[in-house]
Amino acid sequence: MPDRVYPDGTSGPFPAPPTTDTDQSGREIEYRVVEKFAGEALEDTVEMYVEFDPTDRAQGIPPTGEERIRNWLEAIAESSVNVVARHGEDVVGHAVLVPDVDDPAAVGDVGEIEWELAIFVLQAYQESGIGTQLLKHLLGHADELGIRHVWLTVERWNTPAIALYERVGFEPTGTESFEQEMGILLE
Amino acid sequence: MNVLLGLAGSDESITALRRTIDRTSEIGDDLTVAVLEKADTERSQEEMYRQAEKLLSEAEVDAELERLQGDPGASLVDYAEQGEFDQLVIGGGTISPMGKIQLGSLTEFVLLNAPTTVKLVR
Repeated sequence: MPDRVYPDGTSGPFPAPPTTDTDQSGREIEYRVVEKFAGEALEDTVEMYVEFDPTDRAQGIPPTGEERIRNWLEAIAESSVNVVARHGEDVVGHAVLVPDVDDPAAVGDVGEIEWELAIFVLQAYQESGIGTQLLKHLLGHADELGIRHVWLTVERWNTPAIALYERVGFEPTGTESFEQEMGILLE
Repeated sequence: MNVLLGLAGSDESITALRRTIDRTSEIGDDLTVAVLEKADTERSQEEMYRQAEKLLSEAEVDAELERLQGDPGASLVDYAEQGEFDQLVIGGGTISPMGKIQLGSLTEFVLLNAPTTVKLVR
């Protein structure tokens, strides 16, 4: 059973990928599930994080430097759920859920465990609605898989990010410290 | 340097204890170890006290060892204010499944309220 507190009510429904739409700057953006986070899909995402401005790092992630970025993504690749935003050939946003268990291979029902969420959008693509869409599509895909409990932490002073999470249905949970913990319950 | 180490019952506290002992033997700082009363930790105050006693004696480091009662943050900061310490050391920072670093409320309280420089051992 989940350790954390979740909202009483559920959120959703959310759109499921794949979707293509136009962002607020007129760019055509595709939201797509990454079934296997390896090979080219992994490399394209590594490339996005190499381009990522370190001023937008949060609580130590993404790491900096190609090797450390690749190690981080490979470490979470195996059992994570990934949705990316693509503009043409490039990955410009990445949203991911990681199971909060010691042994992901032993998980029977994904709806019984908790999943930690993170989302990053490349600076040139921020403030154009991509983050909201990407987040909704990750939750839509999670819902399809049967995932119910999703949590995250966000730096308490990051009000734009907190506002984004609240818009889709996340609620503040847990004790307050430097990071605000938030949770959402899917249908 | 006159160093005060605050220990709760977490694994991070054990790391902080080991590193501080290593540094004390190397540099020859004056060390005081305050064992805090904190609920919901891996080790009780008594277990932590005995662990500190054991590691200090194994390393042949001569340190003051104290138990502090009451709220862990407030009692540690209060103790730091009573003495003449140059630095307050605590362990903190856990890693989430995603790889995010998370600092707890005790860490935040000590960083914001301590009268001295605070060293956070990760």
